[in-house]
Amino acid sequence: MEVNVKAKESTNKEQSRSGADVLIQSLKKQGVDIIFGYPGGAVLPIYDALYKNPIRHVLARHEQGAIHAAEGYARVSGKIGVVIATSGPGATNLVTGIADAMLDSLPLVIFTGQVASSVIGTDAFQEADIIGITQPITKHNYQVKNVEDLPRIVKEAFYIASTGRPGPVLVDIPKDISTQMFLSATDENEDIHLPGYQPTKNPNYLQIQKAIKVISNSKKPLILGGAGILAAKATKELKEFVERHQIPITNTLLGLGGIDGDHPLFLGMAGMHGTYTANTAICDCDVLINIGARFDDRLTGNLAHFAPNAKVVHIDIDPAEIGKNVSTAVPIVADAKEALRELLNQSFDSPDTVDWLASLNVNKKEYALRYKADKEKGILPQQAVELIHRLTNGDAVVTTDVGQHQMWTAQYYRFNNPHNWVTSGGLGTMGFGFPAAIGAQLAKPHERVVAVVGDAGFQMTLQELSLLQEFRLPVKVVILNNQSLGMVRQWQQTFYEERYSQSLVHVQPDFVKLAQAYEIQGYKVETMEEAEKVFAEAFSTNEPALIDCRVVQLENVYPMVAPGKGLNEMIGVRGE
Amino acid sequence: MKRIITTTVINQSGVLNRVTGLLMKRQFNIESISVGHTEQPGMSKMTFVVNVEDEQKIEQLLKQLQKQIDVIKVNDITDKAMVMRELALVKVATVPAVRSEIYSIVEPFRATVIDMSKSATTFQVTGDPEKIEAFIDLMKPYGIKELTRTGVSAFVRENQKVPTTHLSIL
Ligand SMILES: Cc1ncc(C[n+]2csc(CCOP(=O)(O)OP(=O)(O)O)c2C)c(N)n1
Ligand SMILES: [Mg+2]
Repeated sequence: MEVNVKAKESTNKEQSRSGADVLIQSLKKQGVDIIFGYPGGAVLPIYDALYKNPIRHVLARHEQGAIHAAEGYARVSGKIGVVIATSGPGATNLVTGIADAMLDSLPLVIFTGQVASSVIGTDAFQEADIIGITQPITKHNYQVKNVEDLPRIVKEAFYIASTGRPGPVLVDIPKDISTQMFLSATDENEDIHLPGYQPTKNPNYLQIQKAIKVISNSKKPLILGGAGILAAKATKELKEFVERHQIPITNTLLGLGGIDGDHPLFLGMAGMHGTYTANTAICDCDVLINIGARFDDRLTGNLAHFAPNAKVVHIDIDPAEIGKNVSTAVPIVADAKEALRELLNQSFDSPDTVDWLASLNVNKKEYALRYKADKEKGILPQQAVELIHRLTNGDAVVTTDVGQHQMWTAQYYRFNNPHNWVTSGGLGTMGFGFPAAIGAQLAKPHERVVAVVGDAGFQMTLQELSLLQEFRLPVKVVILNNQSLGMVRQWQQTFYEERYSQSLVHVQPDFVKLAQAYEIQGYKVETMEEAEKVFAEAFSTNEPALIDCRVVQLENVYPMVAPGKGLNEMIGVRGE
Repeated sequence: MKRIITTTVINQSGVLNRVTGLLMKRQFNIESISVGHTEQPGMSKMTFVVNVEDEQKIEQLLKQLQKQIDVIKVNDITDKAMVMRELALVKVATVPAVRSEIYSIVEPFRATVIDMSKSATTFQVTGDPEKIEAFIDLMKPYGIKELTRTGVSAFVRENQKVPTTHLSIL
């Protein structure tokens, strides 16, 4: 008799689950195998549930580090990055990363703790209205009001984050919801029912026909490939399309890797620091086929001068991007892969691009990216990037921070493979590059990951060196150290008559000692000779390394389209 | 140009905030907004009047609204045959000397008296915004003590006389 009762009690106990338990189970159901996060009061129940039912958790040293790592992870793996932070300051520390993921369409699901439901709205300890704060910077957000809703909300959040145009979804969970007992017997009964969310995947047949007609009749067609191609995993289809019809292609900053950097039809990146060939091709083309790019102002320059001769075909999964900045002759709302498949399924006459390609090839030779190396002056940042490219055969996963080094990396690291390029484009977030590399390395443990960062941006999130120390992640951190906020300094030189207001940094930590403090091999190089040796050594180990690579301070990123100018008005085309 | 937009939204907490927040973020100018339940449980309808520069802007607005997860339907009904009503409460100074004069003016507007004191009368007037404007203009000389308007509420008529080109989501 007694034994029976006991047995019954224990099964009851096993079955009774708290909201937090249900949350962890829901994450497992979604296939989550890594969480980036940081605990605190409002998420204690969640961390307790995690303790009992573990999922790999990476404890960043700052919530911003956690979310950028999740972004890096999402970018290279194509999976959803999962983040947990506590209420109030934990949640607000995520804001930069959330905005970054929103602008760059990265799939994240973020769980924030919230004060107990009974005190929401009373300015309780560590209360912040994170729903209000993140409304304009999330694809969607939820505050859980009933514990019974948790499984459904988690399911919806993952669905919304990863489908259509990907983006961050935040779920705010009051502490009492995490601790409450979950009474429903089942939690996965409901199918996702989102009548207001039905992204279009397949292209409209008539629109495809229109596009074909426009492309067939063109003489100077050009493809602009954006990150949508990578998000849709459509690089194979893109290559086939480009090659079959012999159409030249340029990429946006975030679209790099969509086609191999050395492909003969690739013109290099377009935009503010794009190549002469790519930018003039945009000005000259008669048909511009935009696949998964959003015509951001850093790409288009002055809209009045953008692609003045072109009929625009725009393929985008987000209808709101079509016609937003550039008027479009043939709008196609679709997933890039589906649209390209449909274009490949149709047989149609290729445009005759022989002359067009010939003239572009002349430009490619004549106006190739260039710099003037000078042994006396020291290492040029471009040389350092080329060295990294050489040592990694163009196969590495490369992340960058924001600034000059980012543009040089975009220009000179030609990617052989898609999904290896991780940079903050839309928001331009300093502090992004290093933690993003950690996430990327966790996503691809067997690949070489290099974080190319600036001396200033690195210092915004360098506390995450702890993660290299802890997990011995073989990330190679290369600081292109120009002892300045280089990009700011370049603008001050160009537009403010060399008044270097707050952009020259004379005081820096000893980066080598800093690395050593985290038990990481640190190097400092000042000449190309040293660099050749040190980079080769650092890149040959399976251990983390940090290289303080001193570069010429006053080097500028060229070519450049000044703000407000058209793409046809580049300066520094010859590299000076 | 002035556009009248109706949206059907899931009646979730914060949905009004989402929509107005979106309009603010995208720099749209709301002239009026009204919200209420619909015949479908759990659904609300919002009607708002916005001022936009051109067609491209309005298309962008419709698409951005449509993108919201809690927004089910978006329509620009400006060019359609529709019924459109607004309600205003207008408290006018009505000293005995002018009272009958005012009442005679009010009559064609079919405004109703809903409150009265020695020196003031509160009228309720319904109609399209122009009618309400006209009413307010006529009352102004007598002294408006207080005024409140609900904003426009509207939907399209069952019978559309002429086929109109209107913007909608692809
Ligand atoms: C969080 C943040 N603050 C400020 C800026 C503005 N900003 C853009 S580039 C830059 C300088 C970056 O310096 P560094 O990291 O050393 O890179 P460099 O340009 O020298 O390669 C600054 C301050 C920014 N993009 N992000
Ligand atoms: Mg710098």
